[in-house]
Amino acid sequence: MAYSDKVVDHYENPRNVGSLAKDDANVGTGLVGAPECGDVMKLQVKINPDTGVIDDAKFKTFGCGSAIASSSLATEWLKGKTVDQALAIKNTDIVAELALPPVKIHCSVLAEDAIKAAIADYRKKQGLDKDTRPADMHAQPSA
Amino acid sequence: MKLPIYMDYHATTPVDPRVLEAMLPYFTEKFGNAASRNHHFGWVAEEAVENARKQVADLVGANAKEIIFTSGATESNNLAIKGVAEMYREKGNHVITCVIEHKAVIDTCKKLEKQGARVTYLPVQKDGRISLDDLRAAITDKTILITIMTANNEIGVLQPVAEIGAIAKEKGILFHTDAVQAAGKVPFDVNQSKADLVSMSAHKMYGPKGVGALYVRRRNPRVLLSEQISGGGHERGMRSGTLNVTGIVGMGKAAAIAKAEMAAEGERLRRLRDRLNEKFHQNLDEIYVNGSMEHRLPHSLNISFAYVEGESLLMGISDVAVSSGSACTSASLEPSYVLKALGAGDDLAHSSIRFGLGRWTTEAEVDYVVEKLTSVVRRLREMSPLYEMVKEGVDLSKMQWVTH
Repeated sequence: MAYSDKVVDHYENPRNVGSLAKDDANVGTGLVGAPECGDVMKLQVKINPDTGVIDDAKFKTFGCGSAIASSSLATEWLKGKTVDQALAIKNTDIVAELALPPVKIHCSVLAEDAIKAAIADYRKKQGLDKDTRPADMHAQPSA
Repeated sequence: MKLPIYMDYHATTPVDPRVLEAMLPYFTEKFGNAASRNHHFGWVAEEAVENARKQVADLVGANAKEIIFTSGATESNNLAIKGVAEMYREKGNHVITCVIEHKAVIDTCKKLEKQGARVTYLPVQKDGRISLDDLRAAITDKTILITIMTANNEIGVLQPVAEIGAIAKEKGILFHTDAVQAAGKVPFDVNQSKADLVSMSAHKMYGPKGVGALYVRRRNPRVLLSEQISGGGHERGMRSGTLNVTGIVGMGKAAAIAKAEMAAEGERLRRLRDRLNEKFHQNLDEIYVNGSMEHRLPHSLNISFAYVEGESLLMGISDVAVSSGSACTSASLEPSYVLKALGAGDDLAHSSIRFGLGRWTTEAEVDYVVEKLTSVVRRLREMSPLYEMVKEGVDLSKMQWVTH
């Protein structure tokens, strides 16, 4: 399979790899995907509670090159955006930017899910609203 | 050292220059049809085919008359399985195979099922081998065929074919084995294995693509097959069609070279393969060999690099040609059914890489592949949330994952 130049660039020079302190009240963490499906994304945002602007974003991804590129691109786009702007990012934007082929669209869906899960986690921590995520939107240790 | 490095010899092999040299005259000046019985051109072609038949037979301890040439091992597998099912329909309608067979066997069996046959797909144990007790338990008075591969194409594991053959013989059931990966690589004898039908392919043993063979036992018992390609009655009526003389000459030469060099080459490759394996284990933690190390082709290694996805690994080693059992390399998005059958978990199937060493693999190439892969695995683990979680003490098996 041939990869687009942008996928290769993100794979070889991933932006914002790493982790933020997940216990920080200003940090939201999204963990989506499953090892047996071959894709797991952890995406974190650090949000300024006064401005609602995303100051920092980090990711770690287990997955194919397109999954790595999708999450890397997502962190790049998130920085400097408000929470509402971030929630407006659609997987189709990622597909278009990275020129993902049809079999890789699920990578972009996962990245969108990761953004939403991270922001929902932040909101929950801040008590801004109830956790409105569907119960299955966030990986967690089972009881 | 020349890049890229080819380390995918299970997929195919280059034609050995000695094989090509043997083939070349049969494209041009010796172009006759081996079935032309009444002139010199036909005789020359026929003589070449019969010489090749002998060479292929010698590789597996068979009589030349027991070798049928085909277009490749997929056809050989189809002919053996469908041919037996049709021919012995009166005797029974039950076939036993196993879950890690090549698709050319599995899908042929599925086709038979659609036509009313019953097929048992034996599971494999953690080491990739079938259990002989399972095999015995699966046999019924309707069983007409057992088809179990000699060596697996993904994990290189060798099945206990001699034991399987003995059980089949004892019960009066025909035994077919797909020996594509084993023939020419490890000693294989049709009488020691008590096989009645054996599929082989030229392009897996440094011969050309598009030619294969099927061994069909002629004595004790005399195996009959219903032909799948009808026509001029070539190949004892079992496979019609003008013989691919150049390809057959190439397969014969390839078989002769493989037989002559097998002992030394097998030992050389085993040393290189073990070097590859040991160096990976020295460099990296949490890596797992898929399938038995003891019962394995000497040139074969399949490793799961935990917490790293296979396709992303391949992307990082673009100057090394290997294969992955990861879903993302196939259109189906399903990870390798062979690795899943070992019960190691889908996550490890997604993290697997198959290394196939061959006639032109050098120690320098092995060392390059180890260094290159090690650095990519380390880099990808740095960005793997799974590796991070494991290092933090999280038990991944206890997580509830969000699946799609």
